[in-house]
Amino acid sequence: MAAHKIVILGGGVGGTLVANLLARKLTREQAQITLIDRTGRHTYQPGWLYIPFGGAPPERLERSERSLLDRKVTLAIGDIKRIDREARQIVMADGLVFAYDTLVVATGARLAPVAVPGYVAGAQHFYSAEAALRLHAALRDFQGGRIVVGVADIPYKCPPAPLEFTFLLDDYLRQRGLRDRSEIIYLSPIGRVFTIESVAEFVAPLLEERGVHCELFFNTESIDPKAKQISSLEGTTLRYDLLVLVPPHRGAQIVIDAGLGDEQGWIATDRETLQSKVDSHIYVIGDASDLPVSKSGSAAHFEAKVVAQRIAGAVLEHADDARYDGAVMCFLELGRGQASQLVFDYDHPPQPPQPNQLYHYEKALFNHAYWYLVPRGVV
Amino acid sequence: MSVLPDIPKAEKTIDARGSFCPGPLLELIRGVKSVSVGAIVVVLSSDPGSNKDIPLWTRKAGHEYLGAFPEAGYTRFAVRKAH
Repeated sequence: MAAHKIVILGGGVGGTLVANLLARKLTREQAQITLIDRTGRHTYQPGWLYIPFGGAPPERLERSERSLLDRKVTLAIGDIKRIDREARQIVMADGLVFAYDTLVVATGARLAPVAVPGYVAGAQHFYSAEAALRLHAALRDFQGGRIVVGVADIPYKCPPAPLEFTFLLDDYLRQRGLRDRSEIIYLSPIGRVFTIESVAEFVAPLLEERGVHCELFFNTESIDPKAKQISSLEGTTLRYDLLVLVPPHRGAQIVIDAGLGDEQGWIATDRETLQSKVDSHIYVIGDASDLPVSKSGSAAHFEAKVVAQRIAGAVLEHADDARYDGAVMCFLELGRGQASQLVFDYDHPPQPPQPNQLYHYEKALFNHAYWYLVPRGVV
Repeated sequence: MSVLPDIPKAEKTIDARGSFCPGPLLELIRGVKSVSVGAIVVVLSSDPGSNKDIPLWTRKAGHEYLGAFPEAGYTRFAVRKAH
Protein backbone atom coordinates (compact mmCIF):
# COMPACT_ATOMS: atom_id res chain seq x y z
CA MET A 1 0.00 0.00 0.00
CA ALA A 2 1.32 3.45 -0.87
CA ALA A 3 2.24 5.73 2.02
CA HIS A 4 -0.52 8.12 3.09
CA LYS A 5 0.48 11.65 2.09
CA ILE A 6 0.07 14.14 4.93
CA VAL A 7 0.85 17.78 4.25
CA ILE A 8 0.93 20.33 7.06
CA LEU A 9 0.82 24.04 6.30
CA GLY A 10 2.58 26.18 8.89
CA GLY A 11 5.48 25.61 11.29
CA GLY A 12 4.03 27.22 14.40
CA VAL A 13 3.15 25.39 17.61
CA GLY A 14 0.28 23.40 16.10
CA GLY A 15 1.91 22.46 12.79
CA THR A 16 5.23 21.45 14.35
CA LEU A 17 3.64 19.39 17.11
CA VAL A 18 1.22 17.53 14.82
CA ALA A 19 4.10 16.70 12.44
CA ASN A 20 6.24 15.31 15.25
CA LEU A 21 3.41 13.33 16.85
CA LEU A 22 2.51 11.78 13.49
CA ALA A 23 6.16 10.94 12.85
CA ARG A 24 6.20 9.10 16.17
CA LYS A 25 2.98 7.20 15.50
CA LEU A 26 3.57 6.21 11.85
CA THR A 27 6.42 4.58 9.92
CA ARG A 28 7.83 5.93 6.66
CA GLU A 29 6.02 3.11 4.86
CA GLN A 30 2.71 4.17 6.39
CA ALA A 31 2.94 7.92 5.93
CA GLN A 32 4.89 10.54 4.09
CA ILE A 33 4.80 13.69 6.21
CA THR A 34 5.63 17.10 4.74
CA LEU A 35 5.52 20.40 6.59
CA ILE A 36 5.51 23.59 4.53
CA ASP A 37 6.58 26.81 6.21
CA ARG A 38 7.04 30.29 4.79
CA THR A 39 10.28 31.15 6.61
CA GLY A 40 11.71 27.97 8.14
CA ARG A 41 12.04 29.83 11.46
CA HIS A 42 9.97 28.91 14.53
CA THR A 43 9.17 31.76 16.90
CA TYR A 44 8.08 31.63 20.52
CA GLN A 45 5.61 34.48 20.24
CA PRO A 46 4.69 34.89 23.95
CA GLY A 47 8.23 36.24 24.43
CA TRP A 48 7.41 39.38 22.41
CA LEU A 49 5.46 40.80 25.38
CA TYR A 50 8.71 41.37 27.29
CA ILE A 51 10.80 42.94 24.50
CA PRO A 52 9.39 46.51 24.94
CA PHE A 53 10.61 46.45 28.54
CA GLY A 54 14.11 45.20 27.69
CA GLY A 55 13.34 41.46 27.92
CA ALA A 56 14.98 38.67 25.93
CA PRO A 57 16.07 39.86 22.47
CA PRO A 58 14.23 38.45 19.42
CA GLU A 59 17.05 36.10 18.43
CA ARG A 60 16.56 34.20 21.71
CA LEU A 61 12.91 33.60 20.76
CA GLU A 62 13.68 31.88 17.45
CA ARG A 63 14.98 28.49 16.35
CA SER A 64 15.26 26.86 12.96
CA GLU A 65 12.14 24.82 12.24
CA ARG A 66 14.31 21.94 11.00
CA SER A 67 15.98 21.63 14.40
CA LEU A 68 12.57 21.07 16.03
CA LEU A 69 11.23 18.50 13.55
CA ASP A 70 11.53 14.72 13.64
CA ARG A 71 13.84 13.42 10.90
CA LYS A 72 10.91 11.61 9.28
CA VAL A 73 9.26 14.95 8.49
CA THR A 74 10.20 16.64 5.22
CA LEU A 75 10.44 20.42 5.58
CA ALA A 76 9.68 22.60 2.55
CA ILE A 77 10.37 26.32 2.90
CA GLY A 78 8.65 28.82 0.64
CA ASP A 79 5.48 30.69 -0.21
CA ILE A 80 2.34 28.76 -1.03
CA LYS A 81 0.54 29.95 -4.14
CA ARG A 82 -2.67 28.02 -3.65
CA ILE A 83 -4.48 25.09 -2.12
CA ASP A 84 -6.00 23.09 -4.97
CA ARG A 85 -8.75 21.20 -3.16
CA GLU A 86 -10.04 19.46 -6.24
CA ALA A 87 -6.70 17.92 -7.19
CA ARG A 88 -5.74 17.67 -3.49
CA GLN A 89 -2.44 19.39 -3.91
CA ILE A 90 -0.50 22.40 -2.69
CA VAL A 91 1.00 24.57 -5.39
CA MET A 92 4.04 26.56 -4.32
CA ALA A 93 5.01 30.00 -5.67
CA ASP A 94 8.15 28.47 -7.21
CA GLY A 95 6.06 25.90 -9.10
CA LEU A 96 6.67 22.88 -6.86
CA VAL A 97 3.58 20.78 -6.13
CA PHE A 98 2.83 18.66 -3.04
CA ALA A 99 -0.02 16.16 -3.32
CA TYR A 100 -1.93 15.23 -0.16
CA ASP A 101 -4.41 12.66 1.08
CA THR A 102 -4.88 14.59 4.31
CA LEU A 103 -4.10 18.28 4.76
CA VAL A 104 -3.54 20.07 8.07
CA VAL A 105 -3.96 23.83 7.87
CA ALA A 106 -2.05 25.55 10.66
CA THR A 107 -1.39 28.82 8.87
CA GLY A 108 -2.13 30.97 11.90
CA ALA A 109 -3.19 34.59 11.90
CA ARG A 110 -1.49 37.41 10.02
CA LEU A 111 -1.31 41.03 11.07
CA ALA A 112 -3.42 43.39 8.97
CA PRO A 113 -2.58 46.90 10.26
CA VAL A 114 -4.18 48.64 7.26
CA ALA A 115 -7.62 47.32 8.29
CA VAL A 116 -7.98 50.17 10.80
CA PRO A 117 -7.65 53.73 9.40
CA GLY A 118 -4.66 55.56 10.85
CA TYR A 119 -3.20 52.48 12.53
CA VAL A 120 0.07 52.28 10.60
CA ALA A 121 1.07 55.90 11.28
CA GLY A 122 -0.49 56.21 14.71
CA ALA A 123 0.01 53.03 16.72
CA GLN A 124 2.78 50.89 18.18
CA HIS A 125 2.51 47.23 19.14
CA PHE A 126 4.38 44.14 20.33
CA TYR A 127 2.91 41.50 17.98
CA SER A 128 6.11 40.98 15.99
CA ALA A 129 9.77 41.11 17.00
CA GLU A 130 10.40 44.20 14.86
CA ALA A 131 7.40 46.09 16.22
CA ALA A 132 8.28 45.14 19.79
CA LEU A 133 11.80 46.55 19.28
CA ARG A 134 10.34 49.80 17.89
CA LEU A 135 8.08 50.02 20.92
CA HIS A 136 11.11 49.39 23.15
CA ALA A 137 12.81 52.41 21.54
CA ALA A 138 9.65 54.54 21.92
CA LEU A 139 9.39 53.65 25.61
CA ARG A 140 13.09 54.39 26.16
CA ASP A 141 12.52 57.88 24.72
CA PHE A 142 9.27 58.41 26.63
CA GLN A 143 9.56 61.12 29.27
CA GLY A 144 5.97 61.25 30.50
CA GLY A 145 2.49 61.79 29.11
CA ARG A 146 -0.52 59.68 28.31
CA ILE A 147 -0.15 56.06 27.14
CA VAL A 148 -3.27 54.39 25.79
CA VAL A 149 -3.30 50.55 25.60
CA GLY A 150 -5.94 48.48 23.81
CA VAL A 151 -6.87 46.43 20.74
CA ALA A 152 -7.61 47.59 17.20
CA ASP A 153 -9.98 44.79 16.23
CA ILE A 154 -11.43 41.42 17.21
CA PRO A 155 -10.31 38.63 17.15
CA TYR A 156 -6.65 38.81 18.13
CA LYS A 157 -4.06 36.41 19.46
CA CYS A 158 -3.74 35.92 23.22
CA PRO A 159 -6.72 37.85 24.68
CA PRO A 160 -5.00 38.69 28.02
CA ALA A 161 -1.90 40.23 26.35
CA PRO A 162 -3.02 43.92 26.46
CA LEU A 163 -3.86 43.53 30.14
CA GLU A 164 -0.48 41.91 30.85
CA PHE A 165 1.24 44.68 28.91
CA THR A 166 -0.56 47.30 31.01
CA PHE A 167 0.67 45.82 34.29
CA LEU A 168 4.24 45.46 33.00
CA LEU A 169 4.09 49.05 31.70
CA ASP A 170 3.09 50.31 35.14
CA ASP A 171 6.10 48.47 36.67
CA TYR A 172 8.41 49.84 33.97
CA LEU A 173 7.34 53.48 34.39
CA ARG A 174 7.71 53.24 38.18
CA GLN A 175 11.19 51.76 37.84
CA ARG A 176 12.18 54.68 35.60
CA GLY A 177 10.67 57.23 37.97
CA LEU A 178 8.17 58.36 35.33
CA ARG A 179 4.94 57.04 36.77
CA ASP A 180 3.82 60.30 38.42
CA ARG A 181 4.33 62.12 35.11
CA SER A 182 2.42 59.47 33.16
CA GLU A 183 -1.16 58.46 32.72
CA ILE A 184 -2.07 54.92 31.59
CA ILE A 185 -5.46 54.36 29.98
CA TYR A 186 -6.54 50.76 29.36
CA LEU A 187 -9.25 50.26 26.73
CA SER A 188 -11.68 47.35 26.99
CA PRO A 189 -14.12 46.51 24.18
CA ILE A 190 -16.74 45.31 26.69
CA GLY A 191 -18.30 46.49 29.95
CA ARG A 192 -15.59 45.09 32.25
CA VAL A 193 -11.79 44.97 32.18
CA PHE A 194 -11.54 41.38 30.91
CA THR A 195 -13.85 38.99 29.11
CA ILE A 196 -13.85 36.35 31.91
CA GLU A 197 -15.94 37.79 34.74
CA SER A 198 -14.05 36.06 37.58
CA VAL A 199 -10.76 37.43 36.20
CA ALA A 200 -12.22 40.92 35.75
CA GLU A 201 -13.32 40.86 39.39
CA PHE A 202 -9.82 40.48 40.79
CA VAL A 203 -8.03 42.44 38.07
CA ALA A 204 -10.16 45.63 38.25
CA PRO A 205 -9.06 46.50 41.83
CA LEU A 206 -5.42 45.81 40.86
CA LEU A 207 -5.68 48.27 37.97
CA GLU A 208 -7.24 50.85 40.26
CA GLU A 209 -4.55 50.32 42.89
CA ARG A 210 -1.90 51.04 40.24
CA GLY A 211 -3.63 54.17 39.03
CA VAL A 212 -4.65 52.78 35.62
CA HIS A 213 -7.75 54.43 34.21
CA CYS A 214 -10.08 52.01 32.37
CA GLU A 215 -12.18 53.10 29.43
CA LEU A 216 -14.92 50.48 28.98
CA PHE A 217 -17.01 49.78 25.84
CA PHE A 218 -14.23 51.02 23.59
CA ASN A 219 -14.12 49.27 20.19
CA THR A 220 -11.60 51.03 17.99
CA GLU A 221 -12.96 52.64 14.84
CA SER A 222 -10.14 54.90 13.68
CA ILE A 223 -6.96 56.70 14.65
CA ASP A 224 -5.98 60.24 13.74
CA PRO A 225 -2.16 60.18 13.88
CA LYS A 226 -1.81 63.96 13.32
CA ALA A 227 -4.14 64.94 16.16
CA LYS A 228 -2.94 61.90 18.19
CA GLN A 229 -6.48 60.79 18.84
CA ILE A 230 -8.23 57.42 18.82
CA SER A 231 -12.00 57.06 18.34
CA SER A 232 -14.35 54.21 19.16
CA LEU A 233 -17.43 52.76 17.46
CA GLU A 234 -19.28 53.74 20.64
CA GLY A 235 -18.51 57.42 20.05
CA THR A 236 -15.62 58.14 22.45
CA THR A 237 -12.47 59.99 21.35
CA LEU A 238 -9.27 60.00 23.40
CA ARG A 239 -6.01 61.88 23.02
CA TYR A 240 -2.72 59.99 23.42
CA ASP A 241 1.00 60.61 23.51
CA LEU A 242 1.86 56.95 22.92
CA LEU A 243 -0.68 54.47 21.55
CA VAL A 244 -0.04 50.75 22.09
CA LEU A 245 -2.71 48.89 20.19
CA VAL A 246 -2.83 45.19 19.27
CA PRO A 247 -3.09 45.25 15.45
CA PRO A 248 -6.02 43.77 13.51
CA HIS A 249 -5.60 40.08 12.66
CA ARG A 250 -6.79 38.14 9.62
CA GLY A 251 -6.50 34.54 8.40
CA ALA A 252 -4.19 33.56 5.54
CA GLN A 253 -5.10 34.78 2.05
CA ILE A 254 -4.59 31.26 0.57
CA VAL A 255 -7.35 30.06 2.90
CA ILE A 256 -9.77 32.69 1.57
CA ASP A 257 -8.73 31.93 -2.04
CA ALA A 258 -9.40 28.20 -1.49
CA GLY A 259 -12.95 28.92 -0.29
CA LEU A 260 -12.19 27.62 3.19
CA GLY A 261 -12.42 30.81 5.22
CA ASP A 262 -14.96 33.53 5.98
CA GLU A 263 -14.50 37.14 4.84
CA GLN A 264 -11.64 37.59 7.34
CA GLY A 265 -10.03 34.27 6.51
CA TRP A 266 -11.02 32.23 9.58
CA ILE A 267 -11.79 28.62 8.66
CA ALA A 268 -15.19 27.16 9.57
CA THR A 269 -14.07 24.23 11.74
CA ASP A 270 -15.91 21.49 13.61
CA ARG A 271 -15.43 22.34 17.29
CA GLU A 272 -14.68 18.71 18.26
CA THR A 273 -13.28 16.83 15.27
CA LEU A 274 -11.31 19.91 14.06
CA GLN A 275 -12.14 19.09 10.45
CA SER A 276 -12.99 21.82 7.98
CA LYS A 277 -16.77 22.08 7.67
CA VAL A 278 -16.52 22.15 3.88
CA ASP A 279 -13.80 19.54 3.26
CA SER A 280 -13.33 16.49 5.47
CA HIS A 281 -9.82 15.83 4.07
CA ILE A 282 -8.71 19.00 5.81
CA TYR A 283 -7.96 19.49 9.50
CA VAL A 284 -7.53 22.91 11.06
CA ILE A 285 -5.33 23.75 14.04
CA GLY A 286 -4.75 26.92 16.03
CA ASP A 287 -5.35 30.54 15.09
CA ALA A 288 -6.49 29.64 11.55
CA SER A 289 -9.82 28.26 12.78
CA ASP A 290 -13.02 30.15 13.57
CA LEU A 291 -13.49 28.30 16.87
CA PRO A 292 -14.60 30.38 19.87
CA VAL A 293 -11.43 29.56 21.82
CA SER A 294 -8.44 31.82 22.47
CA LYS A 295 -6.16 32.28 19.51
CA SER A 296 -3.15 30.95 21.38
CA GLY A 297 -0.32 28.48 21.23
CA SER A 298 -1.98 26.66 24.09
CA ALA A 299 -5.17 25.91 22.12
CA ALA A 300 -3.03 24.83 19.13
CA HIS A 301 -1.03 22.54 21.42
CA PHE A 302 -4.13 20.69 22.67
CA GLU A 303 -5.69 20.60 19.21
CA ALA A 304 -2.55 19.13 17.60
CA LYS A 305 -2.77 16.06 19.85
CA VAL A 306 -6.38 15.42 18.77
CA VAL A 307 -5.60 15.87 15.08
CA ALA A 308 -2.54 13.60 15.23
CA GLN A 309 -4.58 10.88 16.92
CA ARG A 310 -7.38 11.12 14.36
CA ILE A 311 -5.08 11.08 11.33
CA ALA A 312 -2.92 8.23 12.66
CA GLY A 313 -6.09 6.27 13.46
CA ALA A 314 -7.35 6.69 9.90
CA VAL A 315 -3.99 5.68 8.37
CA LEU A 316 -3.73 2.60 10.60
CA GLU A 317 -7.37 1.77 9.91
CA HIS A 318 -8.42 1.61 13.53
CA ALA A 319 -10.53 4.70 13.75
CA ASP A 320 -9.70 6.96 16.68
CA ASP A 321 -12.55 9.29 17.49
CA ALA A 322 -10.44 11.66 19.58
CA ARG A 323 -12.27 14.94 20.10
CA TYR A 324 -11.14 18.41 21.13
CA ASP A 325 -12.83 19.52 24.35
CA GLY A 326 -11.93 23.21 24.07
CA ALA A 327 -8.95 22.94 26.43
CA VAL A 328 -6.76 26.03 26.94
CA MET A 329 -4.19 26.77 29.65
CA CYS A 330 -2.38 30.06 29.99
CA PHE A 331 -0.72 32.37 32.46
CA LEU A 332 -1.80 35.90 33.24
CA GLU A 333 1.09 38.23 34.10
CA LEU A 334 0.03 40.90 36.60
CA GLY A 335 3.25 42.83 37.26
CA ARG A 336 5.17 43.18 40.54
CA GLY A 337 6.33 39.57 40.11
CA GLN A 338 2.82 38.14 40.37
CA ALA A 339 0.76 36.06 37.97
CA SER A 340 -2.35 33.90 37.82
CA GLN A 341 -3.31 30.96 35.64
CA LEU A 342 -6.33 30.29 33.44
CA VAL A 343 -7.37 26.69 32.73
CA PHE A 344 -10.66 25.94 31.00
CA ASP A 345 -12.48 23.94 28.34
CA TYR A 346 -15.91 23.99 26.68
CA ASP A 347 -17.56 22.54 29.81
CA HIS A 348 -15.49 24.06 32.61
CA PRO A 349 -15.11 27.79 33.16
CA PRO A 350 -11.76 29.03 34.47
CA GLN A 351 -11.38 29.39 38.22
CA PRO A 352 -8.24 31.50 38.36
CA PRO A 353 -6.20 31.39 41.55
CA GLN A 354 -5.41 34.66 43.31
CA PRO A 355 -2.24 36.19 41.82
CA ASN A 356 0.96 34.97 43.41
CA GLN A 357 4.69 34.66 42.75
CA LEU A 358 4.53 30.95 41.99
CA TYR A 359 2.67 31.42 38.71
CA HIS A 360 4.99 34.25 37.72
CA TYR A 361 8.00 31.93 38.14
CA GLU A 362 6.16 29.10 36.38
CA LYS A 363 5.51 31.38 33.42
CA ALA A 364 9.14 32.52 33.36
CA LEU A 365 10.27 28.89 33.53
CA PHE A 366 7.89 27.84 30.76
CA ASN A 367 9.26 30.62 28.51
CA HIS A 368 12.62 28.79 28.62
CA ALA A 369 11.39 25.19 28.82
CA TYR A 370 9.04 25.63 25.82
CA TRP A 371 11.69 24.53 23.33
CA TYR A 372 12.26 21.20 25.06
CA LEU A 373 8.68 20.46 26.02
CA VAL A 374 6.15 21.61 23.42
CA PRO A 375 7.33 21.16 19.80
CA ARG A 376 8.58 17.63 20.56
CA GLY A 377 5.39 16.64 22.33
CA VAL A 378 6.94 16.00 25.75
CA VAL A 379 3.89 17.67 27.34
CA MET B 1 -51.13 31.41 26.33
CA SER B 2 -48.12 33.37 25.15
CA VAL B 3 -46.70 32.89 21.72
CA LEU B 4 -42.92 32.83 21.43
CA PRO B 5 -41.62 35.22 18.80
CA ASP B 6 -39.92 33.70 15.79
CA ILE B 7 -36.14 33.62 15.87
CA PRO B 8 -34.98 36.22 13.34
CA LYS B 9 -33.26 34.93 10.23
CA ALA B 10 -29.56 35.53 10.70
CA GLU B 11 -26.98 36.52 8.13
CA LYS B 12 -24.32 35.20 10.47
CA THR B 13 -24.65 32.64 13.27
CA ILE B 14 -21.79 32.13 15.69
CA ASP B 15 -21.65 29.09 17.93
CA ALA B 16 -19.98 30.45 21.07
CA ARG B 17 -21.23 27.72 23.40
CA GLY B 18 -18.53 26.81 25.88
CA SER B 19 -16.53 29.92 25.01
CA PHE B 20 -14.94 31.58 28.03
CA CYS B 21 -12.08 33.37 26.36
CA PRO B 22 -12.70 35.34 24.13
CA GLY B 23 -16.31 34.65 25.22
CA PRO B 24 -19.71 35.08 23.55
CA LEU B 25 -19.83 38.88 23.71
CA LEU B 26 -16.51 39.33 21.92
CA GLU B 27 -17.63 36.75 19.36
CA LEU B 28 -20.80 38.80 18.84
CA ILE B 29 -18.85 42.06 18.44
CA ARG B 30 -16.62 40.32 15.87
CA GLY B 31 -19.73 39.12 14.03
CA VAL B 32 -21.42 42.52 14.05
CA LYS B 33 -18.27 44.18 12.69
CA SER B 34 -18.07 41.70 9.82
CA VAL B 35 -21.62 42.09 8.41
CA SER B 36 -23.29 44.96 6.57
CA VAL B 37 -25.71 47.47 8.10
CA GLY B 38 -29.18 45.98 8.60
CA ALA B 39 -27.93 42.39 8.86
CA ILE B 40 -28.80 40.17 11.81
CA VAL B 41 -26.16 38.32 13.81
CA VAL B 42 -27.12 35.44 16.09
CA VAL B 43 -24.78 34.15 18.77
CA LEU B 44 -25.31 30.88 20.65
CA SER B 45 -24.17 31.18 24.26
CA SER B 46 -24.17 28.82 27.25
CA ASP B 47 -22.80 31.57 29.51
CA PRO B 48 -25.45 32.92 31.93
CA GLY B 49 -23.58 36.25 31.96
CA SER B 50 -24.62 36.82 28.32
CA ASN B 51 -28.16 37.72 29.49
CA LYS B 52 -26.66 40.87 30.98
CA ASP B 53 -23.58 41.48 28.79
CA ILE B 54 -25.12 41.21 25.34
CA PRO B 55 -28.10 43.62 25.74
CA LEU B 56 -25.83 46.07 27.57
CA TRP B 57 -23.19 46.22 24.83
CA THR B 58 -25.82 46.26 22.08
CA ARG B 59 -27.48 49.35 23.58
CA LYS B 60 -24.15 51.02 24.30
CA ALA B 61 -22.98 50.47 20.71
CA GLY B 62 -26.31 51.69 19.30
CA HIS B 63 -27.37 48.44 17.62
CA GLU B 64 -30.80 46.82 17.86
CA TYR B 65 -31.27 44.03 20.39
CA LEU B 66 -33.79 41.56 18.98
CA GLY B 67 -34.00 39.30 22.00
CA ALA B 68 -32.89 36.12 23.72
CA PHE B 69 -34.33 32.79 22.62
CA PRO B 70 -33.77 29.96 25.12
CA GLU B 71 -32.92 26.47 23.87
CA ALA B 72 -31.91 23.33 25.78
CA GLY B 73 -28.72 24.26 27.65
CA TYR B 74 -28.02 27.47 25.77
CA THR B 75 -29.61 30.68 24.47
CA ARG B 76 -29.70 32.31 21.04
CA PHE B 77 -29.15 36.07 21.11
CA ALA B 78 -30.09 38.12 18.07
CA VAL B 79 -28.78 41.58 17.20
CA ARG B 80 -29.39 43.77 14.14
CA LYS B 81 -26.49 45.97 13.03
CA ALA B 82 -27.86 49.52 13.03
CA HIS B 83 -25.01 51.63 11.67
